[in-house]
Amino acid sequence: MTEAAPFATGDLRQRAETLGQSLPPLLAEADLLASTIMLGEHGRRRAGQGDEFWQYRPTHSGDSARMIDWRRSARSDATFVREREWQAAQSVTLWVDPAKSMAFSGAKGRVEKGDRARLLAMALSVLLLRGGERVGLAGAGVPPRPGRGQLLRLLMGLEGAGAADYGTPDATGIASHGGAVFLSDFMGDMTGVEAALARASDRGARGVLLQVLDPAEEDFPFDGRTIFESMGGTVRHETLRAGDLRARYLARLAERKDRLAMLARAVGWHYQCHHTGDAAQPALLWLYRALEGGR
Amino acid sequence: MFMVGAVGFVTPVLLWALVALPLLWLVLRAVPPAPIRRRFPGVALLLGLQDEDNETDRTPWWLLLLRMAAIAAAIIAFAGPILNPRERVAGTGPLLVVLDGGWADARDWGRRIERAVALVDEAGRDGRTVAVVRLTDAPETVVFQAADAWAGRLAALTPQAWLPGDLAGWAEVLPDVGFETFWLSDGLDRAGRSALFDALDAAGDVTVFQSPRPVLALHPAGFADGAVQLAASRLPAADPLEVEVVARGPDPAGIERELARVTLGFGLGEARGEVALSLPPELRNRITRFEIAGQRSAGAVSLTDDSLKRRKVALIGGRADNAEGLQLLSPTHYLRQALEPVADLIDGSLMDVLLANPDVIVLADVPALTQDEQDAVLGWLDGGGLLLRFAGPLLAASDVSRLSEDPLMPVRLREGGRIVGGAMSWGEPKTLAPFTEGSPFFGLPVADEVTVTAQVLAQPDPELAARTIAALEDGTPLVTRKEVGQGQVVLVHVTANAEWSTLPLSGLFVQMLERLAVSTRPATPGAEDLAEQVWVPEVVLDAYGVPSDAGEMSGVEGAALAGAMVAGPGPDLPPGLYAGADRRVALNAVGAETALDAAAWPAGTPIEGLEMAAEQVLKGWFLSAALAALMIDILAALWISGKLSGWRRGMAGLAVVMLALGAAPGAQAQEAAPTEVVDPDEEALALEATTAVVLAYVQTGDGALDQVAEAGLRGLGERLWERTSIEPEAPVGVDIERDELAFFPFLYWPVSTSQPLPSANAYRKLNDYLRTGGMILFDTRDSDVARVGGNTPEAQHLQRIAAGLNIPPLEQVPPDHVLTRTFYLLQDFPGRHGGAPVWVEAAPPDAEQVEGMPFRNLNDGVTPVVIGGNDWASAWAVDEMGVPMFPVGRGFAGERQREMANRFGINLIMHVLTGNYKSDQVHVPALLERLGQ
Repeated sequence: MTEAAPFATGDLRQRAETLGQSLPPLLAEADLLASTIMLGEHGRRRAGQGDEFWQYRPTHSGDSARMIDWRRSARSDATFVREREWQAAQSVTLWVDPAKSMAFSGAKGRVEKGDRARLLAMALSVLLLRGGERVGLAGAGVPPRPGRGQLLRLLMGLEGAGAADYGTPDATGIASHGGAVFLSDFMGDMTGVEAALARASDRGARGVLLQVLDPAEEDFPFDGRTIFESMGGTVRHETLRAGDLRARYLARLAERKDRLAMLARAVGWHYQCHHTGDAAQPALLWLYRALEGGR
Repeated sequence: MFMVGAVGFVTPVLLWALVALPLLWLVLRAVPPAPIRRRFPGVALLLGLQDEDNETDRTPWWLLLLRMAAIAAAIIAFAGPILNPRERVAGTGPLLVVLDGGWADARDWGRRIERAVALVDEAGRDGRTVAVVRLTDAPETVVFQAADAWAGRLAALTPQAWLPGDLAGWAEVLPDVGFETFWLSDGLDRAGRSALFDALDAAGDVTVFQSPRPVLALHPAGFADGAVQLAASRLPAADPLEVEVVARGPDPAGIERELARVTLGFGLGEARGEVALSLPPELRNRITRFEIAGQRSAGAVSLTDDSLKRRKVALIGGRADNAEGLQLLSPTHYLRQALEPVADLIDGSLMDVLLANPDVIVLADVPALTQDEQDAVLGWLDGGGLLLRFAGPLLAASDVSRLSEDPLMPVRLREGGRIVGGAMSWGEPKTLAPFTEGSPFFGLPVADEVTVTAQVLAQPDPELAARTIAALEDGTPLVTRKEVGQGQVVLVHVTANAEWSTLPLSGLFVQMLERLAVSTRPATPGAEDLAEQVWVPEVVLDAYGVPSDAGEMSGVEGAALAGAMVAGPGPDLPPGLYAGADRRVALNAVGAETALDAAAWPAGTPIEGLEMAAEQVLKGWFLSAALAALMIDILAALWISGKLSGWRRGMAGLAVVMLALGAAPGAQAQEAAPTEVVDPDEEALALEATTAVVLAYVQTGDGALDQVAEAGLRGLGERLWERTSIEPEAPVGVDIERDELAFFPFLYWPVSTSQPLPSANAYRKLNDYLRTGGMILFDTRDSDVARVGGNTPEAQHLQRIAAGLNIPPLEQVPPDHVLTRTFYLLQDFPGRHGGAPVWVEAAPPDAEQVEGMPFRNLNDGVTPVVIGGNDWASAWAVDEMGVPMFPVGRGFAGERQREMANRFGINLIMHVLTGNYKSDQVHVPALLERLGQ
């Protein structure tokens, strides 16, 4: 089940960039920008505060003489004002579940959940970095930074699997009032999720929970006498008739999803479930929209 | 033995194990299938869930059934099931096994012996003594011996080619003690059979074994209505039956093979079937025997003797049978009447009928033959022909054999002949004298009604007496004979019609013709025909109808043979072919009138068929079934537990199908789709040969010669590159046996004596090649020592090679041949040697030179062959550096000769590629004239 080839570093980056190319640069929400402590180079494609040159425009009445760009005006008879582009930047912190449970794939040829999660994370990073945002990884020692060079560091940070069977979200390193993205199957203990969410929302961070599940986990297509083991083998459950468990399993799964959605709603986050059997792009689009502020 | 229906069990105790099956059912149900381990992250959600039902999934009932069936099959297998087990009845006292042992037993002799062996073995186990008798043998005292003594002898016992004779003798040699009898009867009734049965019955129980397979007998073939009449009998006469009767005989090469085949049908309840087989005389005369296909017995084989052979007689009358003349006056009318039923008559001119190689030529009043005809007839006589001449007015009036003896006349004739008993003569018509000993007619009764009124007279001669084989009462010869080579000339001194004598009207005439072996004898020789001769067997048949050489068997008296012809063959006279002085007689196992009567056994006699249901041990089948069921169980168990996925499922399905097919062998229909396989070598050659002009040479198998040929064509190719627009690629060597020739416009064929002659297939390809426009340049390379057509080994080998090729008439290259001007103007075609003529296809004879034209208007197309011996390849040959490989001539003259050789090559290739283009230049003046206007 874990036979899918691990991502080569270059391969992951290339695929992520390919996916990211098809979306417009991400624009962070304006009110978040206002509260961002550090303004970043996040061009808004309109005149405003910023360092980058935007345009020269003829002076209107009401413009102070101080605003006139004399160097430009000296080349003609009219006077011009030099305008700068409005720029803002946001820190987005990603947490991708590194646990062994993410290495599950329900069928041959289907990607592992972890692979899909990393791909989405990288695609999102590409979009954000292109838009001038700062992207970092929670807890992995990759603080939010802008620039394409950050992609490589993110990539390094995403590599490697954890030792635990189930992952616990790590809220350390989430910038205040920044964005946060948790990518996991959320199959483990929910207390960790709750704690991380509480900590993140305490810092004013807003973000999304994306639950990545394999279709097999949704359908539970098993029957007969079966011993189920977690990916690391630490948890096991034996049943004589797996088929009988299906309804109760599905009920528990639905309950888990409800709880996640409820938790997210409580702190103003967004929750979505993504299946590895589906295409990645809708999930990325949803992530992008959700980070924009969720209309 | 414990029996269930037709199945018995060796160890029925084991069947008790079947009782345990329901127990097994419970056990199998109780044991859950092995769990599957699955890695599943969702297990976290499962923790704490309890199974609602503590029992595992039940194994499906059909899988349980399968397993039960497998185990039941295994149990039954080990209980030793046997289908149709033979019940053994222990008898007491001595056992007599009676075999008929005639040809009628041959059809299933193996089974009879098998049965007899089984009886003897059984008797041996029971400690009984045994005697085995074969009724075809002469009766001898029956002695009971230990069964072991018979075991080996039984296998060596063979049936005889005749049927048992009178059985009365056997009844007398039976021992007095009581014994049990098993009579393996062939089902035919015969004299003394019931008496013998009574005698055996008196001694003890008699059991009769009789095969239900029909007895088929083929009667000797007769000849009537222009067709061979075949008849066969059968016993029992039951359902309609069709059998194939095969006529065998040597083919023209002397190899025995099937000549004809005809279906003979028996109607419902008919014991006898007949069919007529119409065959050309040539074929019919070659038939040596008829046999019923698929029947291995002497009764199904009928040897043919001379009675089926029909002689070919050519009838030639002197006078044309004019329509106005009465038919009765025709010289050949009576001959025709006499011979038509018994011989194949050939009409036509003498030279025509000689081609048909008749056995007899009858010349009725034909006086003189031309010298050609005479020579031809003499040649035919030397080969054993019989020339039968009749006198007549024409012969009497001619000068034939008058002064000196004609080669085709037995005697000299006196002028005019004589007439006796006519109105103008004194004497009475003469009658015949009795035939003397030594005459072929000796023994024939002289009929008084035969009178002779006119005849031709023989000149008195010292040899006349010896040559006379029939005379009139006054001693004048009536029939004379002379040996010529292997054959003979017979002259009848009267006409073949009733003009001069009443001989043709009498029955004696027919008999005389018979004795002269002009006509064929009646089908069955009578006793008097056979008597007083010793007949030596040439071919004898065994009981299976297989003919073998009689070897050193002694001859038999004619009387005995005549008796056997009626009563059937016996130990002294096995069926076969017996040769007498002048004819061969076939003695067949079945006579013309032999009837097959069914033996009637007294009521109450136990009669068994040979076809006993054979014992069949079923253990293997049951074990196989158990194994197959277990195999299926493996797959099914895997499938149930979900361990069959993807390709494994496919493989499992395949395995099940294979298992099913294996259970029904023969169900596999193998249909190999015919696929066109293109040999990659062949394809490469085709590509190489067709991308550009390629000159080719025939590989002779002589390495050095092939190298020279290749170098020569390479040199010629270079010259062509330099001087013409023909730009050939590197030359190719072709193997005429293997390679396709159609790609090459030109083949250079250096003739080497070491090259084997092409195969038939290669010849076919070469002829196709020549016919479709290819050209072959044959080079014997010998003109330094001989002229072409001479007797050098190469020239002779070329003749052998060319014998199979369709080569048109040839001529030496005429001065106006297009080959002399296709590129260069040449009149000489030297190679390394020079001066020898070169041969090409001859111009059509109607080619004419138009006045004022330099050339004849010659044939279209390209000459398919050019034959010469100038060793052109050596003159053309250059090495890798382009330097000539072989010296030509001496000094400058030699270089000139090489240049001419190159020019010849260029002209030749031009001719090959452009055909008669240059020949068309004869039309240039006409074209110019037309343009001028």
